[in-house]
Amino acid sequence: MPFIPNIQAFCCHYTSQQTLAEGPEGLLADGFPKNVTIHRLVCTGKLEVSTLLKAFEDGADGVYVAGCPVDQCHNLMGSQRAAKRVGAIKKALAELGVEPERIEMYHLERGFHPEFVKVAQEMHERITTLGPSPFQGGTK
Amino acid sequence: MIIAERKPFNEIMEMVRDAKRILVLGCRGCVTICSAGGEREVEILASLIRLGKQKAGQEVTTIEATLVRQCDKEYIDSIDQWDGQYDAIVSMACGVGVNFIANLRPMAKVYPGVNTSSFGGSAEQGVWSEQCAGCGNCILHLTGGLCPVARCAKSLFNGPCGGSVDGRCEIHKDVPCIWQSIHDKMVRTDNADGLAAIAPIRDWSTAGHGGPRKTIRPDLTV
Repeated sequence: MPFIPNIQAFCCHYTSQQTLAEGPEGLLADGFPKNVTIHRLVCTGKLEVSTLLKAFEDGADGVYVAGCPVDQCHNLMGSQRAAKRVGAIKKALAELGVEPERIEMYHLERGFHPEFVKVAQEMHERITTLGPSPFQGGTK
Repeated sequence: MIIAERKPFNEIMEMVRDAKRILVLGCRGCVTICSAGGEREVEILASLIRLGKQKAGQEVTTIEATLVRQCDKEYIDSIDQWDGQYDAIVSMACGVGVNFIANLRPMAKVYPGVNTSSFGGSAEQGVWSEQCAGCGNCILHLTGGLCPVARCAKSLFNGPCGGSVDGRCEIHKDVPCIWQSIHDKMVRTDNADGLAAIAPIRDWSTAGHGGPRKTIRPDLTV
């Protein structure tokens, strides 16, 4: 049975707004991988490091964050803060002996934009190549 | 405040290698302010420990808690509520907290989750700098409030070493020469004459060179 990665995407209200307006079926028609689960946030600056780590604990093979362009965040520095936290997780994954590429930060244009689908496809391909998460999930 | 920084994760994992139930214990004091060992950092470290154990195929349970302080017996006593529920404690307080737990709970295996580095302040968001060495014999009244013990790379007492360039330390180019700063401050506040006094040979026994220090206030003891 082919490996289908569990990918969790944390997207801000603005980068995902119009794309999500199409609804799940519209997204799939655009080529958005159905194994990517979207979590919408008011702002990616709201993301905590522990939330991203929890996604891995809960079984994600890959995680990414989609926020506003670096210098055009609706909340000024939200996406910059998110990028720092993604950077912290990359470092933590490396310390754990896990590929840092399993998490990524993307800065996307707001509103409808084909990049929203493109980065999901990119993560799908990347994590499919990396294979299942080395974390076995489930204990607390 | 006391400045600390989380230890490298692999170092912590080695400490708790044999533990299956781990109490990750933060402190709401200084280490919360410097984002090293407060509630948020406890949550992150506990998650990393679980992930590390999962990767190694080992079972683990974590308890996450943060005490008001770990440098008072009254607060340390509250860890008794988890008696029998943990094999090891990872304290994210400064070294004082780790010592207090070790002192007061002789049977507990307690490990440090952070490296305690200095007494300092937040220079800007995410940056902390040392301001005090805790030497036990403060001379800030003679130096315009700026400490040559903590902030001069050579802890000099009678002016700059002569190696500073453009007001920067010759050891650390990103640090101002504190003696330059002291001179400027004393001149600015009409205290330049004070700089002419020769500092006597220092008795360093108050700085820990005479062994562990203890402060006793008879008016407060009961």
